[in-house]
Amino acid sequence: MSLAEAPQGFLSPTGVEIAFLLVGLVTFGAALVTVTTRQLVHAALWLVVALGGLAVEYLLLTAEFIAWVQVLIYVGSVVVLLLFGLMLTKAPIGRSPDADSGNRWAALTVAVASAAALIWVVVDAFRATWIDLDGPAAGSTEVTGTSLFQNWVLPFEALSVLLLAALVGAIVLSRKAKTDSSSPPVNSRVATKSSPGITESHGNSLSSSSGRNGRTGRHEGNARNEQDGRGGRGGRDDRDGPAEQEGAR
Amino acid sequence: MHLAYPAVLSALLFCTGLYGVLARRNAILILMSVELMLNAVNLNLVAFDVWLSKTAEETLHSGQALTLFTIAIAAAEIGIGLAIVLAVHRNRGTADIDRLRDTAEGHESQEGSAADGSDTDAPATGAAAEKAEATA
Repeated sequence: MSLAEAPQGFLSPTGVEIAFLLVGLVTFGAALVTVTTRQLVHAALWLVVALGGLAVEYLLLTAEFIAWVQVLIYVGSVVVLLLFGLMLTKAPIGRSPDADSGNRWAALTVAVASAAALIWVVVDAFRATWIDLDGPAAGSTEVTGTSLFQNWVLPFEALSVLLLAALVGAIVLSRKAKTDSSSPPVNSRVATKSSPGITESHGNSLSSSSGRNGRTGRHEGNARNEQDGRGGRGGRDDRDGPAEQEGAR
Repeated sequence: MHLAYPAVLSALLFCTGLYGVLARRNAILILMSVELMLNAVNLNLVAFDVWLSKTAEETLHSGQALTLFTIAIAAAEIGIGLAIVLAVHRNRGTADIDRLRDTAEGHESQEGSAADGSDTDAPATGAAAEKAEATA
């Protein structure tokens, strides 16, 4: 159906338009739940629905290759990474009442105002513009590959350098420096938490340097607590490593 | 298909992500909202590329190539962002954006109270550690 022969209108939507509208409603609803829910893990799971809906929209726009890349990278890896991040930062499983900050009404005002402005401008600008979806697909793998490796080779290669830099950067950031693992806050924190009575009764021996040699059994238990705390921290850092490597990949 | 459908959906998704970035408090939820905004831009790029590839004779498919680049850069961004968030959580014990006010001007009193409030089992900030030593 070319532009010249048949005038299209809002009152007679085609099947593709109806499907686009329905999937778009699902996508928008999932995005709204993502940014408003108070359960952090549910936000990540609703993000899967929103991103999958966008993949279906790409399919309806005949951009097949982008749709599968969307499914592979966003739904497959980015959401998994976000879930890893939620777990590693010990996000609460149930409802967390402080998920939204205090300026949510200002944020809502800004978002609604910008949405109104953007929709008004876009609808006014493209009121009489139609996408011709018939004919060969505009985004099949063959077409995308041809254009990517004929015209976009240099940015493509630069992108691989960027991915390598991101991989190295993520590994460096998630590695823990050797000096930090025996930092004073860990030791002082354990000592203050577990032994208020010890510091009162043996205050002089703790402050003096000779107190470390003449420790009682309770002090040895205290030292073992310190080592356990440090070992637990080391274990958690080891778990950080593979997630970040996967993310950089 | 009318071009307004993908354009309006893209605008709505972008503003949803904007609300999330402004209103959320957890850093990982803010990263999710950033992903929503990036996806809105991707939808716009794909829709306009499909429109222009049928209208123009010779096309570079720049919209779809840019979409692929955006997806790759977003994957790199989420990896680096999560690494930063995890490093902050390891050092501060919180991923709360509102409590990371060390470089803010004129908020010293609030920052001190926030350091007292962030009393989790992870190592506290330097100020809290000094206070703990002073009380011990």
